[in-house]
Amino acid sequence: MEKVTVVNDLVIRFSNVNGTGSASANEMFAKSIFRMGIPVTPKNIFPSNIQGLPTWYEIRVSEKGYLGRRAGIDILVGVNPQVLERDIDSVRSGGYFIYDSSKKLHDSYIRKDINYIGIPMIKLSMANYERARIQQLFKNIIYVGAVATLIDMEIDVIKEVIADQFKNKPKLIPANYQALELGINYIKENYSYPLQFQLKRIDKNDDAILIDGNTACGLGAIYAGATVMAWYPITPSTSIASSFEKYCKKLRVDPETGKNKYAFIQAEDELAAIGMVIGATWNGARAFTSTSGPGVSLMNEFIGLSYFAEIPVVLINVERGGPSTGMPTRTQQADIISSAYASHGDTKHPCLYPSTPAECFDLTVAAFDLADRLQTLVMVISDLDLGMNNHMSKPLKWDDDKKYDLGKVLSADELEELESKGEKFGRYLDVDGDAIPNRTIPGTHPSLGSYFTRGTSHDEYAKYSELGEVYLKNVDRLAQKWETAKTIMPKPEFYQEGNRGNIGMIFFGTTTYAAVEAMDKMSDKGIIIDSMRVTAFPFGKEVEDFVNYYDQLIVVEQNRDAQFRSLLILELDINPKKIKSVLNYDGIPITAHQIVVGIEKQILVNAQLN
Amino acid sequence: MSYLKPKFHHPSLKPNKVGFIKSDYEGVISTLCAGCGHDSISGAIIQACYETSIEPHKLAKLSGIGCSSKTPTYFLSNSHGFNSVHGRMPSITTGANMANKDLIYLGVSGDGDTAAIGMGQFVHAIRRNLNMVYIVMNNGCYGLTKGQDSATADFGSISKAGSSNPYPGIDLCGLALELNATFVGRSFSGDKTQLVPMIKAAMAHPGFAFLDVISPCVTFNNNKGSTRSYSHVRAHIEETSLFDFVPHQDEITVDYDEGTVTKLELFDGSSIHLSKLAPEWDPTDRFSAVNRLHAAKSKGNVLTGLYYIDVESEDLHVKINTVDKPLNKLTQEELCPGQSQLDVINDSFR
Ligand SMILES: Cc1ncc(C[n+]2csc(CCOP(=O)(O)OP(=O)(O)O)c2C)c(N)n1
Ligand code: SF4
Ligand SMILES: [Mg+2]
Repeated sequence: MEKVTVVNDLVIRFSNVNGTGSASANEMFAKSIFRMGIPVTPKNIFPSNIQGLPTWYEIRVSEKGYLGRRAGIDILVGVNPQVLERDIDSVRSGGYFIYDSSKKLHDSYIRKDINYIGIPMIKLSMANYERARIQQLFKNIIYVGAVATLIDMEIDVIKEVIADQFKNKPKLIPANYQALELGINYIKENYSYPLQFQLKRIDKNDDAILIDGNTACGLGAIYAGATVMAWYPITPSTSIASSFEKYCKKLRVDPETGKNKYAFIQAEDELAAIGMVIGATWNGARAFTSTSGPGVSLMNEFIGLSYFAEIPVVLINVERGGPSTGMPTRTQQADIISSAYASHGDTKHPCLYPSTPAECFDLTVAAFDLADRLQTLVMVISDLDLGMNNHMSKPLKWDDDKKYDLGKVLSADELEELESKGEKFGRYLDVDGDAIPNRTIPGTHPSLGSYFTRGTSHDEYAKYSELGEVYLKNVDRLAQKWETAKTIMPKPEFYQEGNRGNIGMIFFGTTTYAAVEAMDKMSDKGIIIDSMRVTAFPFGKEVEDFVNYYDQLIVVEQNRDAQFRSLLILELDINPKKIKSVLNYDGIPITAHQIVVGIEKQILVNAQLN
Repeated sequence: MSYLKPKFHHPSLKPNKVGFIKSDYEGVISTLCAGCGHDSISGAIIQACYETSIEPHKLAKLSGIGCSSKTPTYFLSNSHGFNSVHGRMPSITTGANMANKDLIYLGVSGDGDTAAIGMGQFVHAIRRNLNMVYIVMNNGCYGLTKGQDSATADFGSISKAGSSNPYPGIDLCGLALELNATFVGRSFSGDKTQLVPMIKAAMAHPGFAFLDVISPCVTFNNNKGSTRSYSHVRAHIEETSLFDFVPHQDEITVDYDEGTVTKLELFDGSSIHLSKLAPEWDPTDRFSAVNRLHAAKSKGNVLTGLYYIDVESEDLHVKINTVDKPLNKLTQEELCPGQSQLDVINDSFR
């Protein structure tokens, strides 16, 4: 079999047992590729478990810079005996299965069409280290050294990454180097190397960073001036809280007093978490919470209160596989409808859909301004893939000239000015036609500006009323405010100059990675499809113009029921016949291949219909 | 900054130290049933705030849902108020308090609002020692939904419809003591002499001050056989002591007999004066408070007055070490680290 060398285009999967320290070894491996300047996308496919269940770490390397998943595993490093058979089956024909040969592989596991490379990982580790836990940990570094040698990685880069990783425990560095060498030397002494899959430095990553979306959201909240965070642990959102706390400890401690310029409260449940946020923003602080689907479900009653009483809230929803407890450690975009229309009665909420970590940062910041400006709840909708996996991303950027937009908050002087003009402050009074009223913060003035906040029907002066006309005036103003929102939401992104064909593709969030690659694949095939990435709900004029232009629309999304398609139809009055779907909802991020196949099928169906 | 003083002075009423007359602390006309205990508690709150010269904008009033939770509209119209959702007043108050540690937070709830749907938030606000006054207007029933038994209704208490409650009642004071609440007391809506100073003391206490106020529902739970009727409560009241509160600005004018008065100094210099104490009870000893409560209950009595106070109470802000300046007063300059720090952070991800 002739082997053609493939450079910088590879999918490698590590199959490990959860809780054995493999994650950190695998991450160092991915980071080393990143530091060689080669675009890389690592994905953690992990169980809802602390120790013992199978976990996979998949790395895609793409010289072209494609950051979505790609099917077809070229190299599988299988160190989990529980799933050997499944792992071996998953290697693509002509690929490699690298395993721990400390124990002989049973004959039934031998496939003729793939290559096997045995490395006595645990034996080597036991021969060199004493304690069982240490043997386990260094076994991981041994395979890193071995695989790196097989694909011709720069060992010095890996050493640098190890040194960075252990910079606070420098004593561990030599031992890690030693384990790395054990793996390197074993390959050098026993196999011909490198394989046809090879990595070469290309320095293509410019100023990119390798970061997860949740860390970026946490930082975004700090930069946006959030002082109160209330939350309840739930995968995959927990690391937003960890990020907020970690960076607050670095950036928000008063150096003189050692006291904190933030309150970080682990609530007793999600109801309390959002209640605390509402209380804090009502009282003039910027506050937020983060959660996932089950938490949002619990928050629904309060979400309605924030809508009706017009209290700014920032809620970051990191979606996971639903319904119910669903697949807590798998990804989906399946909270689109339940987020947009959360809570009973006529309610709708602005949503933002970041697709990269840099955008997690930017849109978290934007969410605070929008919430304050619109005096309503704004949801940032991320997902497990974006939130918990590292992604190559543009660096995080803050404009030092930017000023927070705190919206229409009246000061004591402004209240006195109103009074002197003989005008009365009305908490729910539209004073300038944008349907956004003024608000006051408790403690502002001893005798002016107080009002009573309630979730019951109220008039322009916040007084209780069940009169039909009073109710209508208020809820119709809220509808009008929704129109104002449309004009200030972030704009969609387009991928072509002007409109070209008659098919438009629509996607959002993490589907973007695969969609961008699919666009290239399709244009290689001569299929012309124009694309739009939606970043926000409610949909503005740009989105409306795009959907109206095309004869056929295809929405690519990651849920079973085509929720985003429904949202577009509902809000933009699109003829359902002209809007089709490409869906992926098995919990693993969508691939470009799936999109291309899905679209070709739709085009075919359409051609037959015509 | 100079403020306009309220201009609706009633000549017959004397302005307090901050220039407000009593009616400045009132609210809109109550829409509760005539004779409802809750209205008396509103009256006590008005009196306590007027007498302690609280500036209305330095207090925020919050509640859940229920007849009791409607009362914040009936007092302190010059204060911001928040009538939230059923059972969730504690979380709203927690967030508000985190945003601004300088205000007084007066939370009002019902026995349904607290002991059933809101039990989770109630116990966690205690656990955090949130600096607030938490008043339960306890009528043993759900007034607003027309009289169902609540979780605090006593075992065997007879409802208006004539049925006997088969479940033991949850004693919120007993629970609060168990959970290490730092200020626990019970009072009766019909006993303003006791209730007003207790509210004042609760407002001065730096931490979670819990007041369970028995407040008869005249419409649904004032019948014969009910243990929350006016007549039953009046007949079975037993006080831990006579209670008085002296704000820190006031000189003590009353002559207390040293031998029979216990004086407890509060954090802000004010003090609580207790006289005619039951001999086996020490208000700073939680264990004796629990015993005292059980002794009264075993006699079928309603124990009112202060049960327990931790004079060294440290509230949530102390626990989480926040800056002295309220968080809602911090400026962008104080909060946003700027691009230079972000450059360093970006570098750590390369
Ligand atoms: C989520 C929710 N469930 C139920 C209700 C209906 N509800 C309104 S008040 C109330 C009970 C109030 O009882 P309590 O707190 O004791 O107040 P009271 O009216 O007795 O003063 C209930 C069940 C509601 N408002 N919200
Ligand atoms: S129903 Fe009962 S609790 Fe409600 S207002 Fe009437 S008397 Fe008061
Ligand atoms: Mg009640």
